[in-house]
Amino acid sequence: MAIITYREALNQALSEEIERDKNVVLLGEEVAQFKGSYKVSEGMLEKFGADRVIDTPISEAAFSGLAVGAAMMGMRPVVEFMFWSFCYVAFDQIFNNAASVRYMSGGLINVPIVFRGPANGGTNVGATHSHTPENFAANTPGLKVICPATPADAKGMLKAAIRDNDPVCVMENTILYNMKDEVPDDPDFIIPLGKANILKEGNDMSIIAHGKAVHTSLEVAQTLEEKHNVSVEVLDLRSIRPLDVDAIIKTVKKTNRVLLVEENKPFCGVDAQIAFLIQDQAFDYLDAPIKRVSAIDAPQAYSKALENVQIPAHDRILAKAMELI
Amino acid sequence: MEGLHHDTILEPSATDSAKKKEDPNLEEKALPNQESTEDFSTSSANQSLSAEEKVDLYEKMLRIRRFEERSLRSYQQGHIGGFLHLYIGQEAVAVGSVSMLGEDDHVITAYRDHGHALAVGMDFDECMAELYGKKTGCSKGKGGSMHFFAPDKNYWGGHGIVGGQTPLGLGIAFALKYNKKKGSCLCFMGDGATNQGPFYESLNLASLWNLPVVYIIENNGYSMGTAESRHSAGDPLARRGDAFDIDWSVSNGHDIYEVRQTISDALASAHENCRPSVLEIVTYRYRGHSVADPDQTYRSKEEIEEYKTNKDPLNLFREKLIKEGNITEDQIKTIDNRAKGDADASAEFADASPYPDPSELMDDIYWETDNPEEKTSQGTMFFETPA
Repeated sequence: MAIITYREALNQALSEEIERDKNVVLLGEEVAQFKGSYKVSEGMLEKFGADRVIDTPISEAAFSGLAVGAAMMGMRPVVEFMFWSFCYVAFDQIFNNAASVRYMSGGLINVPIVFRGPANGGTNVGATHSHTPENFAANTPGLKVICPATPADAKGMLKAAIRDNDPVCVMENTILYNMKDEVPDDPDFIIPLGKANILKEGNDMSIIAHGKAVHTSLEVAQTLEEKHNVSVEVLDLRSIRPLDVDAIIKTVKKTNRVLLVEENKPFCGVDAQIAFLIQDQAFDYLDAPIKRVSAIDAPQAYSKALENVQIPAHDRILAKAMELI
Repeated sequence: MEGLHHDTILEPSATDSAKKKEDPNLEEKALPNQESTEDFSTSSANQSLSAEEKVDLYEKMLRIRRFEERSLRSYQQGHIGGFLHLYIGQEAVAVGSVSMLGEDDHVITAYRDHGHALAVGMDFDECMAELYGKKTGCSKGKGGSMHFFAPDKNYWGGHGIVGGQTPLGLGIAFALKYNKKKGSCLCFMGDGATNQGPFYESLNLASLWNLPVVYIIENNGYSMGTAESRHSAGDPLARRGDAFDIDWSVSNGHDIYEVRQTISDALASAHENCRPSVLEIVTYRYRGHSVADPDQTYRSKEEIEEYKTNKDPLNLFREKLIKEGNITEDQIKTIDNRAKGDADASAEFADASPYPDPSELMDDIYWETDNPEEKTSQGTMFFETPA
């Protein structure tokens, strides 16, 4: 078990799977010669050659669709979006083609493809580069959506996504790329999609989060314990679709109070669905209304002064948690 | 000839297109003259065709027409819902193209897909049942008219979004090349699709990466109800390939021999040099964009009649076969009766077939939920299912 960054964990996952299966290729803008816009694929061109690590023009509709066509033929392409925000010019290829071909063909055609890249705000790049489309990807039957929050999850879940026979959208976070933690070396280290993870046990309140919000939530949990003597359980969803509904219901039944935190926008966001599931399946266990913190409902702002307010930060989450006790 | 339908004009003139815009009175225009000047019956792609093979090509074209005529009746009788985009008038393009393909050549197309599906060998029953939304349909009633697939016949659909299949065709070609197959992908599209961005992105990659994809613009003159002169700048459409150093051509889609020769040349380029092509094949559809199309708002009855009378690919081919002495009147009748009989039988089959069970709504979405014994994911996949 080595301590490596989230970025290196992704690199290991990609490299191991390319080595393991000749059908796996990585393609996207600047993934090869440039070593990756965020250096995720550093060293891979040298190791695996230009047939496996493929630089594309800035042409998301073509290379996403190309990858879908290749996946229909049995390849397992990994498409890197420099930002998930850029998938919007390839929307048809992901949402009509990758997601629907299996269904429309009555199950005759599989589309084993991975779309991956960062999907986060918080980096002062304005509205066009800060989208978090996990909610609408998860709104599309046929797609799977995961948001790994730790280096180990980044590796284990990306590997699971590449081996999966259906399209998987892997939503990473540029702010987490430098985060370091222990990551298993085992080339078959796989974290199944759809399995949430309790990162901290507690008894008085559950915070359910995904992506970078998991880490902010952990900090808030610590404050609550240290300063307010509240024992908080933090559940990292990891995967949006499939969703670990059992783990959600279990923690709610245990603590009876729940706060949902996400960096996604609120309207029809991921936590809207989770709030519904909780009231539907654990209504009698709730000692307080479900509370929720998400990104402020405006296009992502450029200015740090604004964006810091927009993304759920420690104090805003803490204040909402205090309403629960 | 301008203002009505397109023609096989290789050298456009600014005056012509200006005139097109000026004169909205379609009916007073002379009709286009699309007589093919060149005889392709003895060209390299056709010279070794036996009489049986020629008759078989004719039968394939006729079967598409009879199938679609029967499907139109079923639609009018209320058995088929949604859209029905008929291929009638364009049969020589699909049949001629597919007849040239080898085992590593693949096909993908847009939503006017019945002709291509039947040309690659899908059968009437599974196609008609799909139109009826029945469980016995090729997609178990989940795809419908626009979404026929037969991967076992190298046929990858059947795609509903205009131009959306153009990057997929590129990907099929990419996979063939990656796996070192000497094959190609014929990616069919309409003239309307040439104005979608992904088509150009695909042309760029096809040429840049030397991918064996053949883009076939089946130019039937109308992007839904918008005539080519009103939807596209620059003529011919295939010339757009030139910007990417892709070989392009314009050919007559009413003549199956010419279609075969055109495809043959493009396949050679794909197989031998891994080069893409853009082929504009001029054709015509007799029916509306879909069955619900008012049709008379954008073209005249006379125009349609002119094509039916003088340019019909089936009539033209049948006349050639008779002249060549390759088909008899009896054969023609037998073929027609068989096609009509099979079309009627497919409608009966579809009618008698069961609808899918509501529980089947949830099948065929994820590989994993269809193969629970090999499932690797956990958690909840579906959030609302039939009771």
